[in-house]
Amino acid sequence: MSRDYIFRRLLIALPSILGISVVLFTVLALAPGDPLGELVTNPNVPAEVRLALRAKFGLDDPVYVRYLRWLVSMLQGDWGFSFVSRVDVDRLILQRLPTTVAVIGASQILAICVAIPVGVLAAAKPYSLFDQVANTFAFIGFSLPTFFTGLLLILVFSVQLDWLPFVYTTEIRATGWGYVWAQVRQSIMPVTVLGLFQAGTLVRYVRSSVLEVIKLDYVTTARSKGIGERKVLRIHVVRNALIPVITLIALQLPIVFSGAIVTEQIFRVPGIGSLLISAMLANDTPVIMGVTFVSSCLVVFFNFLADVIYGWLDPRIAFR
Amino acid sequence: MAGSTHASPSAEAAAPAFSPGRDAWRRFRKHKLAVAGLVVLCLLVLGVVLGPFLWRVAINDIDFSAQLKPPSPAHPFGTDDLGQDILARLIYGGRISLAVGLAAMMVASFVGILVGATAGMSRGRIDAFLMWLADLFLSLPQLPLLLLIIYLFRDSLKSVLGPEGGVFIMVVAVIGGLRWMPVARLVRAQFLGLREKEFVEAARALGASRIRLVIRHIMPNAIGPVIVAGTIDVANAIIAESTLSFLGLGFPPDIPTWGRVLFDAKDYLDVAAYWALFPGSLIFLAVLSINFVGDGLRDALDPRRVL
Repeated sequence: MSRDYIFRRLLIALPSILGISVVLFTVLALAPGDPLGELVTNPNVPAEVRLALRAKFGLDDPVYVRYLRWLVSMLQGDWGFSFVSRVDVDRLILQRLPTTVAVIGASQILAICVAIPVGVLAAAKPYSLFDQVANTFAFIGFSLPTFFTGLLLILVFSVQLDWLPFVYTTEIRATGWGYVWAQVRQSIMPVTVLGLFQAGTLVRYVRSSVLEVIKLDYVTTARSKGIGERKVLRIHVVRNALIPVITLIALQLPIVFSGAIVTEQIFRVPGIGSLLISAMLANDTPVIMGVTFVSSCLVVFFNFLADVIYGWLDPRIAFR
Repeated sequence: MAGSTHASPSAEAAAPAFSPGRDAWRRFRKHKLAVAGLVVLCLLVLGVVLGPFLWRVAINDIDFSAQLKPPSPAHPFGTDDLGQDILARLIYGGRISLAVGLAAMMVASFVGILVGATAGMSRGRIDAFLMWLADLFLSLPQLPLLLLIIYLFRDSLKSVLGPEGGVFIMVVAVIGGLRWMPVARLVRAQFLGLREKEFVEAARALGASRIRLVIRHIMPNAIGPVIVAGTIDVANAIIAESTLSFLGLGFPPDIPTWGRVLFDAKDYLDVAAYWALFPGSLIFLAVLSINFVGDGLRDALDPRRVL
């Protein structure tokens, strides 16, 4: 893989981020309501003061000037100030981001660990009993909305069995192994909910990808040389079949984010998803914009990463 | 493959059993789970359409003497914290949930077909731009954006169109407007292949206009995958609407969509689990059966596909 390829991918990723910023700004600019809010309707504020304020903040400038000014301040890290928490938005997001990334990361790992073996085995014997059972469960997996699975898990494991806590807390008092254990215990349900939802989709991708590869000539050659079926599957088929799956995992990320917002809300995980919802319920516009922008950028970044990894694993791609 | 599907006019007249529609239905029937899904789906639709005529309990009949009562003959699905009948609420809410799903699918398919057909027919710069736009929209995180738009526009739409209509139109437009990309890509891919086929060339040689080419000749051949994608879109839109309502940011409390009922129920899990189980299962059942129907349609409309 060449540096040239990475550069070309970057050339695709950067306009996407710009495009996203345009979309976000348009939404904000089209939204009804005056940014000065109460000042406009308050009769005690004289008209001259109002106009002076508008001129000071440049609210009457043409829209592209306002967009550029907004973009420059976003790029400089000046994301505004949370009305509710009285903290800078970027600090607030940085505080919450690690939790979200950890939950999403763990659930992706769980999804991959479940989906790859199941998908490969299902494709190895297509239309067998195992394949049909796996397929049915995959359907159930992505048809169960995350909010319902979350409630079901709480109902079974917290309310009925009382095994797991249903509220995620950052203030665990224990130290050492006790801390780790408490952390694991409270993460089990959010991670399972997100992971199994992902696994449902992923199983089908893995299966169809393996089915594509397994009928190629080189696999037949490997078999006819007398290599055992298991070895053919493991070394010849799966390695190549998993390459496109990487892109698919990256493409699924926006959906995972949506799932993470719901999951964080159910289990009260203090990540950026629950930050978004509470900001919305409190009309905290700077936080809402910040979170939306960060999650969009993360998606673009992971797509870029997936493209680069894809080019590294499959050199044919980098030459296109 | 291509040769076997051509039938001469005389053969068609002699054996009418081999019309494309019947052939698709025959393949669809083979998919047991898809047929089961279709049956469940029909039952659900019948239930929410005919339900109010058979179960004449008001959805907002507050009865404090019957708070949080588990299922009984008087209230088959139990009652909520205000003593309202959950069955009646779910029947009413089901209409909204299913209607949102259908309407959002139509918006998404319409935009998707329009964009995809334009891109597929024009090629060059317009095609590149439209596909870049589709990629851009694909990398937008749907739920945050959905929430953002609803947060910003809810109040003004409500004042124009009333609480029910305003939220309905907004939810449909936003869900539909954020889900056209897969359809657009599918349509474009189909168009790119089909526009070079001989029968299209023949039609063009006969002087058919571009519009006629698209509508009469290319579109009917490209529609199969679009129908499949549209079916899956209904399921996705139902989930999206339920998610919004579940987060408390969709329909107001007096419009009990399935997600909204679940939102109200989630704080009573320990005392009234049934309250959350019924709407949740209905969403799950609707989505699962739609997904199975979509899978069956894929088998039926596109026999070459492996998956």
